[in-house]
Amino acid sequence: MGNPFQPLPDKEFDYLAAQHLLNRAGFGGTPSQVRALQALGLDDAVDYLVDFKGERVANDGFEFKSDILREQTPEERETLRRARATGDAETIARIERERQMRQNADRAQIAEMKRWWLARMIETGRPLQEKLTLFWHGHFATGYRTIENSWHMLMQNGMLRSNCAGGFATLARGIISDPAMLKYLDNDENRKASPNENLARELLELFTLGEGNGYSERDIKEGARALTGRTFRGNEFFFDRSQHDGGGKQILRRSGNFGGDDFVSIILEQPACSRFIAWKLYRFFVSDAPTVTRDGAETIERLAKALREARSELRPALRALFRSQHFYALENRQAIVKSPTQLIVQTVRGLGTPARSVDRLVEAGDLMGQELFQPPSVKGWPGGRSWINTATMFTRQNTAVFLITGRSTRGPASGADEPYDAMQLVEHLRGAGGALDPRECIRSVAAFALGAEPGPARVAELEDYLDGLGGRIDNDRMKALLCLITAMPEYQLC
Amino acid sequence: MNDSAFTRRLFLERGCMLASLAATVPGFIERSALGVLGDPALASQPGIPEERVLVIVQLGGGNDGLNTVVPFGADEYYRARPQIGIRAPGAAAQNGQAAALLLDQARGLGLHPNLTGLKELYDEGLLQVVQGVGYPNPNRSHFTSMDIWQTGRLDAKGNGWIGRYFDNQCNGTPMPEAAVAIGRNAPIALEGDVQKPVAFESASLFRWNGQDLHPSLQAPYDRINRAAGDGGFAGRAGDPAKAETQKEFLMRTALDAQVSSDRIRAAVAKKPLVEYPNHALAQQLRLVGAMIRDGMPTRVYYASMGGFDTHGGQLGPHGNLMRAFGDSIRAFQRDLKESGHDARVTTMVFSEFGRRVKQNASGGTDHGTAAPVFLVGPSVRPGVFGHHPSLTDLDQGDLKHGVDFRSVYASVLEDWLKAPSEKVLRGSFQNPRLFKPTA
Repeated sequence: MGNPFQPLPDKEFDYLAAQHLLNRAGFGGTPSQVRALQALGLDDAVDYLVDFKGERVANDGFEFKSDILREQTPEERETLRRARATGDAETIARIERERQMRQNADRAQIAEMKRWWLARMIETGRPLQEKLTLFWHGHFATGYRTIENSWHMLMQNGMLRSNCAGGFATLARGIISDPAMLKYLDNDENRKASPNENLARELLELFTLGEGNGYSERDIKEGARALTGRTFRGNEFFFDRSQHDGGGKQILRRSGNFGGDDFVSIILEQPACSRFIAWKLYRFFVSDAPTVTRDGAETIERLAKALREARSELRPALRALFRSQHFYALENRQAIVKSPTQLIVQTVRGLGTPARSVDRLVEAGDLMGQELFQPPSVKGWPGGRSWINTATMFTRQNTAVFLITGRSTRGPASGADEPYDAMQLVEHLRGAGGALDPRECIRSVAAFALGAEPGPARVAELEDYLDGLGGRIDNDRMKALLCLITAMPEYQLC
Repeated sequence: MNDSAFTRRLFLERGCMLASLAATVPGFIERSALGVLGDPALASQPGIPEERVLVIVQLGGGNDGLNTVVPFGADEYYRARPQIGIRAPGAAAQNGQAAALLLDQARGLGLHPNLTGLKELYDEGLLQVVQGVGYPNPNRSHFTSMDIWQTGRLDAKGNGWIGRYFDNQCNGTPMPEAAVAIGRNAPIALEGDVQKPVAFESASLFRWNGQDLHPSLQAPYDRINRAAGDGGFAGRAGDPAKAETQKEFLMRTALDAQVSSDRIRAAVAKKPLVEYPNHALAQQLRLVGAMIRDGMPTRVYYASMGGFDTHGGQLGPHGNLMRAFGDSIRAFQRDLKESGHDARVTTMVFSEFGRRVKQNASGGTDHGTAAPVFLVGPSVRPGVFGHHPSLTDLDQGDLKHGVDFRSVYASVLEDWLKAPSEKVLRGSFQNPRLFKPTA
């Protein structure tokens, strides 16, 4: 048996393989971008993506306000205290109104942040960086509605982005010092006298080892004690020594006066940790089919080993994964159900449509079940087939119609009239006199949009349709064809 | 004859139900017709009305059972919850916190003061409270415990209990609208091997709008989405013995979507007969009421409400949740009565777990264990079933359950849906007879 984790021979890195890489390690690209990536050869193409060699996005979110939800000043607290003592209802009401206004402003800001991030994914020259940030957002899932602080969400987003391809240890330590997470899992209430187990439990169950993988209820209780006192003040992490339980603890068969960083170090020594992270990376980048094949299981083992050998550095492991034969194996082409974000961003970047209205796209993502900064629970998005039901199927098809044509079920949107040049997808097929063969266009554009050769019945359906419209190919007809292609159930795969 | 032509013809001749299956597994049809699939013993029994409906309401996050059904007769309750305990019925309001509504004086039980909706239904004999429902070795993870409830299995693995009910019930033939969830994602409870639920948040989005661009797009769109055959990528034919591929799964879902779209949009276009409050749960139940009234063939509806994970400062927020919950259930029941469908419908309300007996230092409660389940409708035995779990005989600070949740399912399956429960639940659970003998 061959080793599925071995690199793909360079000669097998063909056009469809390059497109597969760009879809999975990014959000797809136009035919000319795919050809450019293929021309680099396998190793350089992988490095280009993994080392973030493309242009960075200028806008890093600096326009957002960090102090919308600042804590009350001592003076304000004093005013409120006096108002309560004297029964000054007017002042109390005014303070409540101001609080309400700040909260509304913060909700407006998180809405802006959702647009900012989605636009960033659409524009970035470093697609893997955004894709990994999204991966970690789903992994270290934190929801805005629970913490109600947009700046903390943005800080977490920045922390995940900065470390997205670095060391997993840095990410894990970062997350137990992250105000958004500390709030989300109640660690700001985790005190020496009354430990709160929420963060300790999820750290083991969802973030590092996986449920049932070699830890006990007791490890959770002791781990919670190690995490006591880790809270935040304003926008900063704060270690409240007076609330920390400095006593002896026994965690995962080790004893000592452990604190939070020790707790993380002990967890990271467990082989179950690299295996769990490898499995999650595999589900996100290689296949989310319900059953893992034998080669898949082998690949996960080897990916875990690569993580351990790199002392949990992600880049070397990702590089090996994106070069591996298994990553390009036929069984893994079209083996992932596009997440709503992937569907949106890949339709724009791959088909080259205008983004039209990022606002509308954010809304579509919500309806398809992926609201940025708001995973459904600390478990993140379950992904795979759970994205698809009879209702999200329509929203997915309609989102593509909107991007291609500007038409929307939800009323007129800004950007609806922006022209879309769909002919760019077939420009390279023009013959000597500039002529296009409609049949060749159909087959080529279907294979490109679907990322695989379409079946004969699909091709026949599109040819019949075009024949009914006179058989000529032009921009309007191309857009109509794309509406049909994106309405094919298999368009939901990548 | 090629597969897609066969599928299309079948679709026209026999309706959507078989076609839905044929779409992904052409070979499956013949075998199904020969009756190889499905256990005849599990088919629906003759003489049992097919129109019965079960509505499941999920309270996500772990509802605080002890502040929902309040054991005001127990001193331990107030000792464990000095700040957040709900005072006995008749007590004066304190700090704006009203006293409990009386449920059963002899048992010392009350309802949260904001559950006036449920109290009304209780007084009318339409409410049953099953006390102390849980399962052995309780899991305090939201997700695992919710999966346990939804799969009906302590290992939380596999598909859903309602999904399995349908798989057995329909002899291997799925029915696209048998199970409808209001929400973005279909809950695992409704997922079977064959039966897949419909899920949607808003009916107006429940169609493709590409055909509005040009009428010529409609026919090819329908052929692409309603009949699959050899669509999509070259290769791989359906084989019922093999797990469904990603592509097959998508094809089947696309076909189900077309069929469901036509019916559901017609149903919810109608106005409700009563006013529903402006809560998310109420709006979900309003859609359910409209679909029931419109004669949808749906047997199980699923609605849900979140926010019950009250770790800190819970009095106010939990009170708001109770108000929304009770008022929504009442409006739904009134709507059903008005439309004359109330006798067809039973509603079951559950949460993945209750909360610890003792309040925590943040004025909230942490994840606990057993909690009450509510059954609503004219067919349930009204009143309080089972004993309130002891507040002194605890398991590591948590209540011990008295009724296994799978026993509740057994009664719902056998007495309401009239299906044998053992195969669905993969085991024998004592049926506590939660329905009237006439049901």
